[in-house]
Amino acid sequence: MSDLYAQQRAMRSMRQAAMQRGVIAILDIGTAKIGCLVLRFDGTNQHRDGDGVGSLAGQSAFRVIGAATTRSRGVRFGEIDAMQETERAIRTAVQAAQKMANVRVDHVIACLSGANPRSYGLAGAVELNDRSVSEDDVGRVLAACDVPDFGAGREVLHAQPVNFALDHRSGLSDPRGQMGNRLAVDMHLLTVDSAVIQNLLYCIKRCDLELAGLASSAYVSGISALVEDERELGAACIDLGGGSTGVSIFMKKHMIFADSVRLGGDLITSDIAKGLQVPMATAERIKTFYGGVVATGMDDREMIEIGGDTGDWERDRRTVSRAELIGIIRPRVEEILEEVRQSLDAAGFDHLPSQQIVLTGGGSQIPGLDGLAPKILGQQVRIGRPLRVQGLPQAATGAGFASAVGLCLFAANPQDEWWDFAIPAESYPARSLKRAMKWFKDNW
Amino acid sequence: MQPVDRQTYRAVAAPAPKQQGPRRDPAPSRMAYKAHRLWLTPVFRAFLRVGVPVFLVLLLTGWYFSNPTNRYAIGEKLTAMKRSVQERPEFMVKLMAVEGATPIVSDAVRTILPIDFPISSFDLDLDVMRNEIMKLDVVAEAELRIRPGGVLEVAISERAPVIVWRTGEQLELLDNTGHRVASLTARSARADLPLVVGEGAQDAIKEALMIFAAARPLATQLRGLVRVGARRWDVVLKDDQRILLPENAPVAALEQILALDQAQDLLARDLTIIDMRNPLRPTLRMADQATDELRRIKALDLGDTSQ
Repeated sequence: MSDLYAQQRAMRSMRQAAMQRGVIAILDIGTAKIGCLVLRFDGTNQHRDGDGVGSLAGQSAFRVIGAATTRSRGVRFGEIDAMQETERAIRTAVQAAQKMANVRVDHVIACLSGANPRSYGLAGAVELNDRSVSEDDVGRVLAACDVPDFGAGREVLHAQPVNFALDHRSGLSDPRGQMGNRLAVDMHLLTVDSAVIQNLLYCIKRCDLELAGLASSAYVSGISALVEDERELGAACIDLGGGSTGVSIFMKKHMIFADSVRLGGDLITSDIAKGLQVPMATAERIKTFYGGVVATGMDDREMIEIGGDTGDWERDRRTVSRAELIGIIRPRVEEILEEVRQSLDAAGFDHLPSQQIVLTGGGSQIPGLDGLAPKILGQQVRIGRPLRVQGLPQAATGAGFASAVGLCLFAANPQDEWWDFAIPAESYPARSLKRAMKWFKDNW
Repeated sequence: MQPVDRQTYRAVAAPAPKQQGPRRDPAPSRMAYKAHRLWLTPVFRAFLRVGVPVFLVLLLTGWYFSNPTNRYAIGEKLTAMKRSVQERPEFMVKLMAVEGATPIVSDAVRTILPIDFPISSFDLDLDVMRNEIMKLDVVAEAELRIRPGGVLEVAISERAPVIVWRTGEQLELLDNTGHRVASLTARSARADLPLVVGEGAQDAIKEALMIFAAARPLATQLRGLVRVGARRWDVVLKDDQRILLPENAPVAALEQILALDQAQDLLARDLTIIDMRNPLRPTLRMADQATDELRRIKALDLGDTSQ
C-alpha cells in the first residue's frame, strides 16, 4: 500500500511540476482511437472579470492548444495488446498534437478504459476525543479504512473519500475544523489489473513522456458528460467506446462505482463485416454513415451500396437495405445495453434517488439510441456530449471525446484522493526515521 | 433490378469513393519523433538560432586566421589602407619654418632634423624632435607644431649670452643662468661681454653679474672675475690688481672698496691686493717697489742716514 502511495504521490508531484510549466498533455487511449490534447494552463484567474459567471468547473483555467487523434492500433478492450503498435499510435497522436500546439510536452495524463476495474466501498472510523478535525485526522481516518483483499496483480487506481461522517452527522464533504467525537469516512476504491498499467507505463516511457496522472476513462467521461446536478443527485454515465463500455455512477459529486463492460462498438463493426461479407474498414464506414437501431418503413427502401471491394466492379455491386443493417446492429446494441443494465443492477443503481443515465462515447451517436436505451435502462436516459472547453477544435467536441475532455477537467481540478493526505505516523514502521520526522513535524 | 429501386439507390447511396478505408496516418519513426521533440525544445531552438551561427563564424574566422599567409595579407592590406589615409594631401607636411632663431641655429636645427619633405604628419614625432632640438645649448625653448597648410613650424627662443667664461684653453659663452650658450674662438669676438674665470664660475653667474653691475665705475680697469675655490670671487683689475671679495655679500664689500676709492683714490695707488675677505678688516698688499719706498721714507723719518 505504501508503494502505491509513493507512486501516486510521485505522479501528483509530476502533475504539479507540469502545472508550473503550464503545459500538459492528455492521452486518451481507447480501442477505436487514441486522442491527445495539449493543455496550456494560464493561471486560475485569467478569464474572470467582475462578478459575472465564473469559471465553470475550473475549466477556464486552461486552454486546449493542440489536439490530435489517430486510429488506435494494438489496443483491445481498452487494454494494450500489442505494445509496439500502441507505442507507435501514441507517438503519432502526441507528435501531431505537439505540432499543432508548437510546444513540447513532457508530462502526460492518461486514461484507460479496460483493465477490469472493480469498485470497493471502504469504511473507516477514528475517535477524536472532542477535538476539531484536523488534516491529520483525515489522514488517520483514511488510513483506518480496512482495505479488502483485492488480490495479487491488482493496483489501486482511484481511492477517493466519498463521504465523511462526524458523530451522527453524515454527508459531510469536508469535515476539517468541525468538532466531534468520532470521525468516519466512506471511501471508494477502484482497482485495476496491474499488468495493464505496467504496459501503459512502459508505452508512455518509450515515448519519452512522463506520466503525471492516471485515471479510469469511465470516471473522466462521467466528469465531462454529466452536468453538475446529475452528479449531485445521482446519475450513471455510460461511455460506449470502441472496445469496452465504461459505467460509472456518481452521487453527491463523487464517483461511487465504476465498471467496464468488455463489449463495444468494434463488435458492431465486426458483426456488420461478418453479416454483409465486407472488409472491416467498409463495415466501419457503413456503420457510421447508415447505422441505426430503429427501423422504419423508409429504411426498407433505402439501399446502401456496400461495395465488396473484390475488384470485380461489374459483378460485385452488392447492396443492402438500411433495414437489414439495422437488423444486424440492433441486437448487438441491445446486448451491450443489457450488460450495462446488469452492471448497474449489481451496483445497486436502483436504490439511488435519481436514476439519470447519460450515454456518451462514440457509440452513443447511433441514431435511434435514445429510443432504444430507455427500454432497457430505464426512463431517464439522455445522450450526453462532453462539456465545452476553451480552445477545443470543433472536430473534437463530439461524444467520442468525452473521456479526453473529462481528463482535461480532471487535470485542472483533481479530486482529493487518499494519497493527497498525510500518512499518519502510526502507519510507518516503528523505528523509521520518517516516523521520527513526522512526529517532530506534528508536534512543532 | 426494378427501375424504382435503381432510382432510389442512385438518389440515396453516395457513390463510394475509391481508396476508401481508414485515413492514412503513418506513425513517425522513433527517430523522427525524438527529432521533432528536440526541435520543439526552446533551448535547442535558441542554440540553433544563436549558438550555431556564432560557432560557425568563429570557426571560419579562426580557420582563416590560422593561415599565416592570410594574416600577412590582412596586415598588408591594413597598412596600405592606413598609409593611404595618412598620405592624403591634407596630412602632408611640405616644409619646415624655423622661427626666432639666428641663421646659424636655424641651420643647426635643419641639420639635426633631417626630414625629407613632403612627409605625412603622422610620421612626425614632435616630442622626439623637440627633445633633439633642446639638446642644442643655445636653445632655451623650442616649440614644434604643424600649421595648417602643411608647414612644420619650429619656434625657438635662443639663450642670450651675457658672460664669457674661460676654462682652461676654452672660451665659453654663458647666459644669465650659467647655462652654456656657445663656444668662442677668441675673446675679442665678444669683447663687450665680461669675462669670468675659474672652476665653478658657471654656477654663480648671477652673483658675477651683480658684481659686474656694481663694478661699473671701474669699467675701464676691470679685466674680469676669478672664481676661487668654487667659493668666492676675485675682481681682477688692470696691472694685476686684485680685490679679494668675501664669500658672503661680495657686492657690499666691493661697494666699500669703491667708496674708499672715491674718497682716497685707493685703486690708483700701488697696491697688488685689496683683501676684503674679512669685510671688517680690509687688508692691503702693496707692490714691492712701493713697500721699499715706504720703508725708505720711514727710515728717513727715523733719521737713517745710510742712503
